[in-house]
Amino acid sequence: MEIVLVSLLNGLVYGMLLFMLASGLTLIFSMMGVLNFAHASIYMIGAYLAFTISQFAGFFPALIIAPILCGLLGAGIEIWGLRRAHVNGHIAELLFTFGLVFIIGRSVQMVWGMLPMAYRVPQLLDFPLFTFYGAHFPAYRGFMLLVSAGMLAATWVLLKKTRVGMIIQASLSHPQMASALGHNVPMVFTLVFAGGCALAGLAGVIGGNYQTTEPGMADAMGPIVFVVVVFGGLGSLMGCFIASILMGMIQTFAVVINASLLDVVKPLGITLTGDNLFTEFMTVPVARIGALLPFVLMILILLFRPRGLMGTRDT
Amino acid sequence: MICLRLLCFSFAILSLLFAGRPVFAEDTIKLAYTDPFSGPFASGGDEFLKNFQFIIARKNAAGGALGRKFELVPFDDKLQPAEALIALKSMTDQNIPFVMHCTGSNVGAAMIDAVSKHNARNPDNRILYLNCGALATELTNEQCDFWHFRFAGSVDMRAAARIKALPADLKKVYLLNQDYLFGQSIQHDTKKWLAKLRPDIEIVGDELMPFGKVQDFAPYVAKIKASGAQSVVTGNYNRDLNLLIKAANDAGLDVRFDTFLSHLIGGPTAIGAAGENRLTSIMEFNSNIAVDLKVPAAEQFANDWRGSGHDTDFSALNFVTMIDMLTDAINKAGSTDPLKVALALEDMHEKDLLGQDTIMRKDDHQLLMPYYAGVFSKDVKYDAEHTGFGWKNYMTASAADLTLPTICKMKRPE
Repeated sequence: MEIVLVSLLNGLVYGMLLFMLASGLTLIFSMMGVLNFAHASIYMIGAYLAFTISQFAGFFPALIIAPILCGLLGAGIEIWGLRRAHVNGHIAELLFTFGLVFIIGRSVQMVWGMLPMAYRVPQLLDFPLFTFYGAHFPAYRGFMLLVSAGMLAATWVLLKKTRVGMIIQASLSHPQMASALGHNVPMVFTLVFAGGCALAGLAGVIGGNYQTTEPGMADAMGPIVFVVVVFGGLGSLMGCFIASILMGMIQTFAVVINASLLDVVKPLGITLTGDNLFTEFMTVPVARIGALLPFVLMILILLFRPRGLMGTRDT
Repeated sequence: MICLRLLCFSFAILSLLFAGRPVFAEDTIKLAYTDPFSGPFASGGDEFLKNFQFIIARKNAAGGALGRKFELVPFDDKLQPAEALIALKSMTDQNIPFVMHCTGSNVGAAMIDAVSKHNARNPDNRILYLNCGALATELTNEQCDFWHFRFAGSVDMRAAARIKALPADLKKVYLLNQDYLFGQSIQHDTKKWLAKLRPDIEIVGDELMPFGKVQDFAPYVAKIKASGAQSVVTGNYNRDLNLLIKAANDAGLDVRFDTFLSHLIGGPTAIGAAGENRLTSIMEFNSNIAVDLKVPAAEQFANDWRGSGHDTDFSALNFVTMIDMLTDAINKAGSTDPLKVALALEDMHEKDLLGQDTIMRKDDHQLLMPYYAGVFSKDVKYDAEHTGFGWKNYMTASAADLTLPTICKMKRPE
């Protein structure tokens, strides 16, 4: 029982970290149809900027300034890059953001060097919040949960309840009509992209000191974020949220399951001998492949339900 | 847009200009060096490159070999066997006689195979593979080869040192390793040496985790806690280690981390105060060992490294041994022909930077060298990466201690 409750808590927290990252991406993807490969790179930039700013001004100013800078960076990318690529279709936009990954990655290495930065959790938040079955739950994790939940709430309110949100939704589904009515549709696109990048930057500020701030962090977080977005479905923030929590839970619970497929069929009296691929497949413990299960799920969902869990537009 | 087109055109021209190698005087001895210089593991490759440039500059200042200077020719292999083989082709096209490589047993295994085949088919254009860091034990056992020389302790040697360095009152350990050739090698050899040297220790957990894929180590920490382990013995490095230790620290889990590679560049910075007095590692060199063994020349060497504009700690003692042995072998053979140099390298005895005896064993081309166990502590003269904590030496395993049997049966040329 203890292990279930502990894993539930850990899975929830990890899921919220994934959501923090994926929310910006799903916003951009579902609204503009642009698959932003460079999203995890903006996350990395957010972390590095937060480190540099926190050296002079402390963590909490960095929490505000770094996402704004990332948003400005996103706006710049959209105005001078994506807008031009947009003319040539989705594939061109995709390749452009793919190229950005390399440019940003190398730039970070050139500016800050190749080694991890000593970006640490602020003293104010570095204490155990409570003790759960003998293990401490750090206050900073609670802070991360708070920020993720805040991001979800704020984004949802912005999109569904405000006038700006209404204009954004209109521009993205009926751009010509919105333009004819006098709204600045290109500006809306820029705003959405910048907003998504700002969210990625915020995730970077929070995640960078919780994990490690190093040039490899974009490559580490990138793939799992895509899985979450594809699984959750395009056009749906709620789907993204559910997918993140689901992926978080699956990865966390998988680690504690030491059984393998063979253990499931053993009661039927089946035994396997021999050193072949099939035996290997049946005897690998789930814990060993835990981190790969989200990718398996992504393949399954693309096969059986390409729209994702709650998608409203096709991939 | 005409501006963009002009920009792209100029980039293309510039890259073509820089693709050609600068022409040096013909009488340098070319040393190819391949490692990842881009991608997530670039920090290691970049640091090793600087190490080699420093060591080779000193060697050249002392006269080089046969009156000729060494020239380092780097190639980026991106930690991919396929890329390394492309680089190898480029090296043999340029008639480079030696290739050094220090990261990734997967790449190492591919290189051994490729070099062996190339040398069999091209006896007039051979190349010697000097391995400075692909550590899987198999490379000097099942996969050993005449044209491969390893100048770094194998996993087997490090595992022996690691188990010797465990505290006497330790009773329960948890094994956690990365699920690929190197991690599995560590897992296998750790268990072997635990059974041999410390049968009193109970292995309460034995786990393989996906390499470089895990973001959240809290479930692993929960498992370690549930097992009642007093120490985690792990071959994890970089992200996989740093996040594990951070997670354990966050959860308030009071275990030791008896690691193999936490001293690698970036580790101390990422781990920080979380590792004090409970993090240990097995390493070739750090400045505090020089202080401990009273070798001022080695201490000076490390300080010279710092003084020449490098902000990292010098730890690549085996690189120094490798270049020293290579120089002596070339001088002894009187040529840079890989076959002659290989024969000269076999059974070579050399004193390393710390004045310790090392031997390049003929049977398997494995360098027999000492290893040192260090604990992350404040009580040191030199700290690691400006963290305020350094590696305090608490155990030495000499080359004789780490002379282990091999099953290598290499095919010798002619």
